[in-house]
Amino acid sequence: MSLKYEDVIAKYEPVLGLEVHVELGTASKMFCGCNTIFGAEPNTQTCPVCLGLPGALPVVNEKAIEYTIMIGLALNCSIAPFSRFARKNYFYPDMPKNFQTSQYDEPICINGFLDVEIDTDEGIKKFRVEIERVHMEEDTGKSLHMGGATGRIHGADYSLLDYNRAGIPLVEIVTKIVPGTGKYAPEVARAYVAELRDILRSLNVSDVKMEQGSLRCDANVSLRLIGSDVLGTRSETKNVNSLRSVERAVRGEMIRHAELLNKGERVVQETRHFQEDTGLTRSGRSKEQAEDYRYFPEPDLVPIVPDATWIETLRAALPEKPSTHRKRLQEAWSVPDKEMASMINADVLEIVEATVNLGADPAKARGWWLGEIARIANEKDVTAADLPITPKDVAEIVALVAAGELTDKLARQVIEAVIAGEGRPSEVIETRGIKVVSDDGALMAAIEKAIAAQPEVAEKVRGGNLPAAGALIGAVMKETEGQADAAKVRELLLKHLGQ
Amino acid sequence: MAEISRDDVANLARLARIDMAPAELDHLASELGVILNAVARVQEVAGQNVPPTSHPLPLQNVYRKDEVTPSLTPEAALSAAPASEEQRFKVPKILGEEA
Repeated sequence: MSLKYEDVIAKYEPVLGLEVHVELGTASKMFCGCNTIFGAEPNTQTCPVCLGLPGALPVVNEKAIEYTIMIGLALNCSIAPFSRFARKNYFYPDMPKNFQTSQYDEPICINGFLDVEIDTDEGIKKFRVEIERVHMEEDTGKSLHMGGATGRIHGADYSLLDYNRAGIPLVEIVTKIVPGTGKYAPEVARAYVAELRDILRSLNVSDVKMEQGSLRCDANVSLRLIGSDVLGTRSETKNVNSLRSVERAVRGEMIRHAELLNKGERVVQETRHFQEDTGLTRSGRSKEQAEDYRYFPEPDLVPIVPDATWIETLRAALPEKPSTHRKRLQEAWSVPDKEMASMINADVLEIVEATVNLGADPAKARGWWLGEIARIANEKDVTAADLPITPKDVAEIVALVAAGELTDKLARQVIEAVIAGEGRPSEVIETRGIKVVSDDGALMAAIEKAIAAQPEVAEKVRGGNLPAAGALIGAVMKETEGQADAAKVRELLLKHLGQ
Repeated sequence: MAEISRDDVANLARLARIDMAPAELDHLASELGVILNAVARVQEVAGQNVPPTSHPLPLQNVYRKDEVTPSLTPEAALSAAPASEEQRFKVPKILGEEA
């Protein structure tokens, strides 16, 4: 029986820190001209530089530096007038060089902040997350562990390496400790990663796909007794591949730490691996022994001294902030705060916007994405954006309903079918033969049948008892298998009964 | 005088994954000490206003354009690998660490 979350926060104060890695969307790698296409055949995007062959000379990708400065500016950071790359030495075959080119004590961007908002029972709450640094490094290769039953290192006989990803520009964004989040720590962590993702997307510097690993979050959590200023031991949870998982991982670690502390045991300083299926973490590498990466300045890469006019040109060209953009949408669509927060929380704002941009009425677009589609997403335990239904599909459905060619009920059937993979809305309508029965002749036949079946009800309606018509309308809807427009049936029925 | 102890050498050997016999540790501690002392003499001539040098050439901001250039073929990339499988580099069992 695990500890209740309320019991954790009654006794402990969580201390949060987040490290986010972002693969930049450059065409070529960080230090060589190899391609960066995701999912390419193994080892088709490598060269002497990214394979670490003797004598190869790396050269910095200017676009990557530009993107990193843009990220720093968007996060309110200072841009360092001078920074250098360093070698981070370690032994693990994911880097063929036996070191990762990174930045150590001289990152490009320092001291920024990002404000996030979360929707709580006490209203919208605002938190400021301070950014410690934004630095450049390179991504590592991908390993397959062979021979074991689990695909994990433990129990494997050997490993296979694909270095296509090795050397893709990677930016690491590290927060300072985020204090004072209290019980909202999991939501704050999620809101921070969501806001960061939206900013990165607006800058167009990365495709920020968490499920493909182009945006990865490590969540550092520790607990301290409320009222104490002694920090607890932290764990660092990796493998957190969705916004929802960020929130679950932080909450899960808070509970795990509290259980250990309550039993008088200690929290081990280590990396933990988040398990998507259980929402729990399992132990990874111990960090009890201080790591020694023997960092030293990279002799093959010269210092970066960004020109002030370059920085100012980039600053001036920054796009509208996602938070400003949201405020503008909220006004344009006249959406109440609460509903805006629901859209953000369900992560559908962007798809709703895309649907509206395709001509759908904002309220209708919102209604479908937050209603029927969100319900199905919930059932399947995924986000609405992951379902195989597009803004274009929803815009088409909204248009068909508006034109009277679909009722809401039929529209729901179409949505379900599109998600089930039966094709685009027009195809579903065609194959399933879905259409609103608006042919007066067919409707009249059904109405007369309903009246014949329930003559006493018809008599009541003739006598002026209009609510009684419901039973007859229901019978007609049943007869037409829900394909009739109820309003139209009502109109025809009442007219037929002299009302 | 820069000192390097036997423990320093043992730690470096561990970090570099080099298996060293006790006799080698003693031997290297004194040899490395001599090398360090030779290099440390530079500090005697460098004034307070001379920052540690990481690059001997007065160059900065050397960049390349973000343009894709041809990669090696996978066959060429794997040609010097001791072992390969499924078009990937094959490495022995990784011990005791998980990235």
